[in-house]
Amino acid sequence: MTNISLEAPEVVRGQPYPGAPDNWKRFFTFSTDHKVIGIQYIVTSFFFFLIGGTFSMIMRGELITPDADLVDRTVYNALFTMHGSIMLFMWTFPVLVGLGNYLVPLMIGARDMAFPRLNAVSFWMIPVVGILMLSSFLVPGGPSQSGWWAYPPVSLQNPTGNLINGQVLWILAVAISGVSSIMGAVNFVTTIFRMRAPGMTWFRTPAFVWSVLAAQLIQLYGLPALTGGAVMLLLDLTIGTSFFAPERGGNPILYQHFFWFYSHPAVYVMILPVFGMYSEILPVHARKPLFGYRVIAASSILITIISGFVWVHHMFASATPGWMRMFFMVTTMLVAIPSGIKVFGWVATIWGGKIRFTTPMLFALGGISNWVFAGITGIFLGSVPIDIHVNNTYFVVGHFHYVLYGAIVMGIYAGIYHWFPKMTGRMYYEGLGKLHFALTYLGTALTFVPMHPLGLMGMPRRVASYDLEFAYWNVIASIGGFLLGLSTLPFILNMVSSWIRGEKVGNNPWRAYGLEWLTSSPPTVENFEELPIVVSGPYGYGRNQPLVGNTPNPELTEFPESLTQQQTS
Amino acid sequence: MTVERANPSGELRNAQNVEANVRQHQEHDAAGNSKFGFIVFLLSESVIFLSFFAGYIVYKTTTPDWYPPGVTGLETKEPLINTLVLVSSSFVIYVAERYLHDKKLWGFRLFLLATMAMGSYFLFGQAVEWQGLPFSYQSGVFGGTFFLLTGFHGLHVLTGILLQALMLVRSFIPGNYDNGFFGVEATSLFWHFVDVIWIVLYTLIYVWQ
Repeated sequence: MTNISLEAPEVVRGQPYPGAPDNWKRFFTFSTDHKVIGIQYIVTSFFFFLIGGTFSMIMRGELITPDADLVDRTVYNALFTMHGSIMLFMWTFPVLVGLGNYLVPLMIGARDMAFPRLNAVSFWMIPVVGILMLSSFLVPGGPSQSGWWAYPPVSLQNPTGNLINGQVLWILAVAISGVSSIMGAVNFVTTIFRMRAPGMTWFRTPAFVWSVLAAQLIQLYGLPALTGGAVMLLLDLTIGTSFFAPERGGNPILYQHFFWFYSHPAVYVMILPVFGMYSEILPVHARKPLFGYRVIAASSILITIISGFVWVHHMFASATPGWMRMFFMVTTMLVAIPSGIKVFGWVATIWGGKIRFTTPMLFALGGISNWVFAGITGIFLGSVPIDIHVNNTYFVVGHFHYVLYGAIVMGIYAGIYHWFPKMTGRMYYEGLGKLHFALTYLGTALTFVPMHPLGLMGMPRRVASYDLEFAYWNVIASIGGFLLGLSTLPFILNMVSSWIRGEKVGNNPWRAYGLEWLTSSPPTVENFEELPIVVSGPYGYGRNQPLVGNTPNPELTEFPESLTQQQTS
Repeated sequence: MTVERANPSGELRNAQNVEANVRQHQEHDAAGNSKFGFIVFLLSESVIFLSFFAGYIVYKTTTPDWYPPGVTGLETKEPLINTLVLVSSSFVIYVAERYLHDKKLWGFRLFLLATMAMGSYFLFGQAVEWQGLPFSYQSGVFGGTFFLLTGFHGLHVLTGILLQALMLVRSFIPGNYDNGFFGVEATSLFWHFVDVIWIVLYTLIYVWQ
């Protein structure tokens, strides 16, 4: 009988694939290793996060006074368009694909993704998308000014008359990003369906993998609809068809259907992997099994299904028939059920647990609390009468930024901190991590809470100047915004310095269950010396049950107290 | 610490089964993955067509003056012949695949060539039809949707023919199809997909007037 070692091999830095450079240069090559690609995604997207964030700083600088005095209205329109586009297409999607890329094969006991070359091609499209988006600043007329949703007829305007204009570049960028995402989705779905380790049944598959699967299924059914709409918009703009041009018989509302059919579920493409990360992080740092694991896993798939029937809640004010409003109001409310199940599962997981307030745990708890807040305002917006009252006001902006920054970005930070020792073999500096958390949590509240009263008072979104009565809350929001900008500094400092000279902490510093912790840190080529055979579920905390083999590993029952004390002292 | 492997679940009863399972897993069953991935891709691709079809239905049912001035409807006879040719070609490529299965390369080449010819006839027929039409893609949403749907489908037909040409060329490389022929299977699957889409498209545009 063959033996399998629970002790992972020695930490071997470098050599992510045969013949690769043995240093940081490998991250600039066309690598087919899912771990290199994962880090390529994460670092590239973070670069664009800073650019998108800089745009938002300029906008908050503009909004600190009621007049349009820092930038003019045209520049302001371009800024909010590019801020939204970059943050979604160049930051949130790619960084989550990066984390998924890094973790999914490790978590399911695979040697790589199903299609490694396709994976690399998917990644290298992302810089192309970024270059296309940013190059629109250089063309006459500047970048698109029609917002990230590019509603016609505004997006069909072409004052310069040039064929190559900001809007056309924007559509091309979105189309390439879509192709990259569909290829990625095919890769993820195939990998998860077909490459799970022997013994890893569906209900032994980690919640993060479930949530990535659910998110990628949305990409597969939703993204083609956006692509279809984008192709029609491009044809209207360039060769003179009239699909969405009302003056030539077109129907601009149809574009909104195409757009939101994807772009509302897209929120779940972004939040589902974050839910998965919360589900992975809480059990480790509270030393308890994930409560209701099966229900949490199934609720991801339920969200995938329901999210395909909610898109019209973005169009309650777009001359939508009454029956449609009613139907979509109900379906929107229904999403709260699987989302709520998850929140209750998380609360029950930490209930009575030995909670350690490490940085990933703090970000996870902060993110979940933000998500609850965002979910409640989401219920407001799903309700037709309230939505019509606050439509196109800052209430909406506050709500979705609480989702996107409060829950998603904080979840991404939680994930990066939690798996940083796995990716690098080194521990981050806990003190800097906690400072980062404090600034981020406070900054999120200061920036986005004031937007809710502003919206209820009636301040419209997408404006560079406003009435004096809105000044008070805007000043607070701007201060919060600058704080958020500042909060990224300790993060960058922490990541760079820890990667270079952080403390080496071995393969499983958190004493966590999960296949990814059984291999070396960073994992070697093809992840595992010998592929594991899974014998139990991934959350055996406190049960002392084996995950691989038939002998429990006593180390996994206890959290390494010494580690966190060492870090904070 | 080393531990012995356990039997992980009911379906893996003994160590031999486990070994076999691990070996199969390590090889990653690349052909199976490719087939699965390709089917997933085609399902996603069909959603693009579905969105265009949905758009067509919305336009047709809501636009007051559906046809451009001077146009009363579309000629159905020649497109019907085209349809029959394209749909039959699905059977022809199936026969080609069977020949390859039986390792009869010349039969495979012959029937693949016949499929390409039928696909090319379809494209030629569509080009002739386009040339004779009294409206253009700028003739309101009717013109736009007509050319979008037929053009996008035509692009798929062209892709299918190019894939078939590639498979034909590859059949002349000795031993190329000895260990499986996923490329041919995928090409065939793609061709069936293109045919099914055309049947829906023909029904929507030509039958439902």
